[in-house]
Amino acid sequence: MLAFVISRILQALPVMAVVALISFAMFAYVGDPVAIMLGQDFTEAQRQALVASLGLDQPFFVQFAKFLWNALHGEFGLSYRLSRPVAELIAERAPATLELAFCAALVSICIGVPMGVYTGLYRNSWLSRLFLTFSLIGVSLPTFLIGILLILVFSVWLGWLPSFGRGDTVQVGWWSTGLLTASGLKALILPSITLGLFQLTLIMRLVRAEMLEVLRTDYIKFARARGLANRVIHFGHALKNTLVPVITVAGLQLGGIIAFAIVTETVFQWPGMGLLFIQSVNSADIPVMAAYLMLIALVFVTINLVVDLLYYAVDPRLRVGGGAARGH
Amino acid sequence: MAPLLEVRDLRVEFPTRRGTLTALDGVSFDIAPGEVLGMVGESGAGKSMTGAAIIGLLEPPGRIAGGEIRLNGKRIDNLPYEQMRRIRGREIGAIFQDPLTTLNPLYTVGRQLVETIQSNLGLDAAEARRRAVHWLEQVGIPAAAQRVDSYPHEFSGGMRQRVVIALALCAEPKLIVADEPTTALDVSIQAQVITLLKGLARDKGTSMMLVTHDMGVIAETADRVAVMYAGRIAEIGPVREVVKHPKHPYTRGLMASIPPLDRRVEKLAQIDGSMPRLSAIPPGCAFNPRCPEVFGRCRVERPVLLEAGGTRAACWLYDPASEKRAPEAMRHG
Repeated sequence: MLAFVISRILQALPVMAVVALISFAMFAYVGDPVAIMLGQDFTEAQRQALVASLGLDQPFFVQFAKFLWNALHGEFGLSYRLSRPVAELIAERAPATLELAFCAALVSICIGVPMGVYTGLYRNSWLSRLFLTFSLIGVSLPTFLIGILLILVFSVWLGWLPSFGRGDTVQVGWWSTGLLTASGLKALILPSITLGLFQLTLIMRLVRAEMLEVLRTDYIKFARARGLANRVIHFGHALKNTLVPVITVAGLQLGGIIAFAIVTETVFQWPGMGLLFIQSVNSADIPVMAAYLMLIALVFVTINLVVDLLYYAVDPRLRVGGGAARGH
Repeated sequence: MAPLLEVRDLRVEFPTRRGTLTALDGVSFDIAPGEVLGMVGESGAGKSMTGAAIIGLLEPPGRIAGGEIRLNGKRIDNLPYEQMRRIRGREIGAIFQDPLTTLNPLYTVGRQLVETIQSNLGLDAAEARRRAVHWLEQVGIPAAAQRVDSYPHEFSGGMRQRVVIALALCAEPKLIVADEPTTALDVSIQAQVITLLKGLARDKGTSMMLVTHDMGVIAETADRVAVMYAGRIAEIGPVREVVKHPKHPYTRGLMASIPPLDRRVEKLAQIDGSMPRLSAIPPGCAFNPRCPEVFGRCRVERPVLLEAGGTRAACWLYDPASEKRAPEAMRHG
């Protein structure tokens, strides 16, 4: 088990190194930060001084090594746009995005799994058909459109929920949370639904397909022949057997939710990392972009590790004989 | 003695886009308490289908379209799902063909035994677990007390089928429907498993319907045997009689096609042609296009089971009113 975790972490290192290289390459090849920071009026001496202070006159590998070293310490330099440390900016914005992503994932799993089970069990009921039609809408409508429609209905017409922002937040240590205030929770509803809807429909369709598959297996038929109650068969035997693929997809989707909250954050003016990223792209704020890229890579790598560990928890067949050595 | 299981004129249909297929047609037989009835026939003859109909687990869209199934005199073919569920496990146990796929891979065999025992017998967890270990011992799992916490994949195929047998028997049903219980096993394991099954059924006084296409297993295990062909029973009778003196031309062909061990044969006997598809069962006797003894009546009128000296055969050769009669039937008068 421990060996497995260590081997997975070792595998993750080259992935992170490649992402770091790409992030770093942005400094060298995307735009000219010096020109951006200096503006219109500058002397050659000022330019030289800035190049030296940013370390841009040093060789590529020295710069990359320095970048890596700093990144390991959470140092990504100063934002070109805001002239503040990038790590500070991201730490400020991360709670908003993480809370949003967490709520969206919760919505998609807590609603998507039961809907998938229901549509798998009662394939031909009118409610299942309704769910499937609804899921088609969720899959095919773009996120920004769903967000705008929700704002139109619930903020403009009904006036029930705020159309933008995070509401009031409470500071818990360095973490600013919107989960503890009524306005913060209200502000979470629309963006969570918008962000989670696609994943919800995906999880529902996946669970449904897996349930249909599992319900046809011999062990489910045998469980019926043993006289077990339907509840036990459906939720104990069938659902658990659908979990491995569901965990895979849900895990990857969680990474996706965090990484691609950009659109939702823009629509709802949510003060998270996505919004920060979009603003940084607009002003070629490369340190922020590079840090964001690396953070997202780290999130994906971590989620993949957790997903693999969950496989082990769910499926005993993976546990025997030092399963870590085999594949993945 | 009153039969434990009575099946009368059972008819199973599959509605399809191109019309209704009749998978079982007029199947009737009894199983007495403690009796082992073998069911033989080619693939698709309806053996497994009969078993599935009895335990009430026909694959949709298949459905019982006619006839009756009675257990201890009580009709069970038309029960609501929930009532039938109480009968499954508790009164009728089932064993399926492939032990590699019949056990849930994610739960230990102990857990699967315990849940079966608890849900059917309503015992507390400790007692259920004690019985789970006891059943694993009964089916010959070595070191049962330790193995009870193993997962199915940690057992070999033969051992898994023993676990399946334990699961089928653990709620002490009166009838076991065993659908090809040894077909998926190594030949060397088959005899062990069938001996175990037979021994346990005898000890507990459990009746058994043993579906197989292996005549050797039938001859070894069953008291009576029913030969199925195209969804109908062709012949039914005591094993000795059916094996040694088959009456129905199909049964004769079937027995003749078993290669003899005691002498060399140049060419294996076979029945010409193949079993008709369900959508194209000929009128009259379903076997008539392949039958060496066929005569006029067979092509028009469907034979019922007739007394045929020791067994009962669905063949017009045994009807005194037929224009052609089996030689031995003539002798008996």
